[in-house]
Amino acid sequence: MFVLEAKNISKRFGETEVLKDVGFSLNKGEAIAIIGSSGSGKTTLLRCLNFLEKPDGGQIIVNGKVLFDASSSAVFTEREIRKNRLHFGLVFQSFNLFPQYTAIGNVKLAGELLAREREDYKANRKEILKEVGENAAYLLSQVGLTDKMNLYPHQLSGGQQQRVAIARALALSPDILCFDEPTSALDPELTGEVLKVIRALADKNTTMVIVTHEMQFARDVADKIVFMDEGVVVETGTPKEVFDNPRQERTLRFLERYSNP
Amino acid sequence: MFQSVFISLNEGFLETLKLFALTLLGAFPLGLIISFGSMSPFKPLKYFVKFIVWIVRGTPLMLQLLVIYYGPGLILGNNWWDGNSGRFAAAMVAFILNYACYFSEIYRGGIEGVPKGQTEAGMVLGMTKIQIFFRVTLLQVVKRIVPPMGNEIITLVKDTSLARVIAVYEIIWSGQAFIKSSGIIWPLFFTGVYYLIFSGVLTLLLGRLEKKLAFFRV
Repeated sequence: MFVLEAKNISKRFGETEVLKDVGFSLNKGEAIAIIGSSGSGKTTLLRCLNFLEKPDGGQIIVNGKVLFDASSSAVFTEREIRKNRLHFGLVFQSFNLFPQYTAIGNVKLAGELLAREREDYKANRKEILKEVGENAAYLLSQVGLTDKMNLYPHQLSGGQQQRVAIARALALSPDILCFDEPTSALDPELTGEVLKVIRALADKNTTMVIVTHEMQFARDVADKIVFMDEGVVVETGTPKEVFDNPRQERTLRFLERYSNP
Repeated sequence: MFQSVFISLNEGFLETLKLFALTLLGAFPLGLIISFGSMSPFKPLKYFVKFIVWIVRGTPLMLQLLVIYYGPGLILGNNWWDGNSGRFAAAMVAFILNYACYFSEIYRGGIEGVPKGQTEAGMVLGMTKIQIFFRVTLLQVVKRIVPPMGNEIITLVKDTSLARVIAVYEIIWSGQAFIKSSGIIWPLFFTGVYYLIFSGVLTLLLGRLEKKLAFFRV
């Protein structure tokens, strides 16, 4: 069974069709890289998965359960959408850390708020909060930021901020971790540290969807490549298939553009 | 002589303080409501609110005081009640409405200035809208609006003197009264010291608030 299946996702903004029948599937422990030029719909697809955009058509299925079906008339309550979102974690291109919280405060916040909904919260408040805090500290150590734990976002470099954001996205143990061009807002010398963290996650078989412009990275880390162009999936395959023997003319042209800029 | 001037000016200043404090008390929440109106997705409401804000910000506060005090009597034949309290009430209405409109624009700027990514980050972390507002957005809005709010608050200190135009007994009135009664003008000039000290204290307080919020950047 797939962890994630996206079927026939379509999305339009006004007259523009941004996604046309986009689909892909993901096994547990797999990393999938979505590549394609700007405006191809990659980010919108990721936002649909995280329920930040509502697709006009298609289905999103997680662990065999239909989380979203455009053809059904069911209206989701805010509570249901929140619950659905928790299957996914999202790392933004522009980090979006909360500036008034320290690094560890950013990682802890959602966990602390969510813990309040637990039935045993009142009785075991102290232990629960301690657990959330310890988990946050552990995650920050995993991204190599133990010594920066108590600094505020503006005291961190872009690469460090993005690593905090990754720890924050992991804090609620999502089934699928999504990255929206995680290194595009970084200075070139800072991309390495972030890619290293994502690579380590892939080595630990974290299920991931990575939208990226880093072709070499996609090739190294991903189990599967999805190439998108103008809102459609043009080609899907293993990195070897897509990068070395693209079957589609459009893929070939895109890759050529990227290797000889 | 000095003593009677002081007593009289202090009394006037107490009225000034009352005008100042009550205006803030009314205009802070009313401004927030107006700002929500001006950001409303419901177009008629939005344009209605923007129209009101345009009128209020586009005309002198002194004129608004006069219209609000004399208008009801002239147009509706229904005067404000007699005496000081009626004039004070009319001044309150004018000040609160005027400052609420200015505040609303400051709130709007503060709220719209928080990047959408902040809300979205909260959403993907499963936070509720209320949690996002109170735990993520609010403090960032406060930090953004403290400097422009400070400006308006300092301006209000001095704008209270406009209430003089409908004979509210604030400190300018008290000082001016000595010209007629005793033929001396220095009490009127001396009122400036009160304004300076009061705005000085406010400047210090606002500076401290800004410093308190300096631990993070937006």
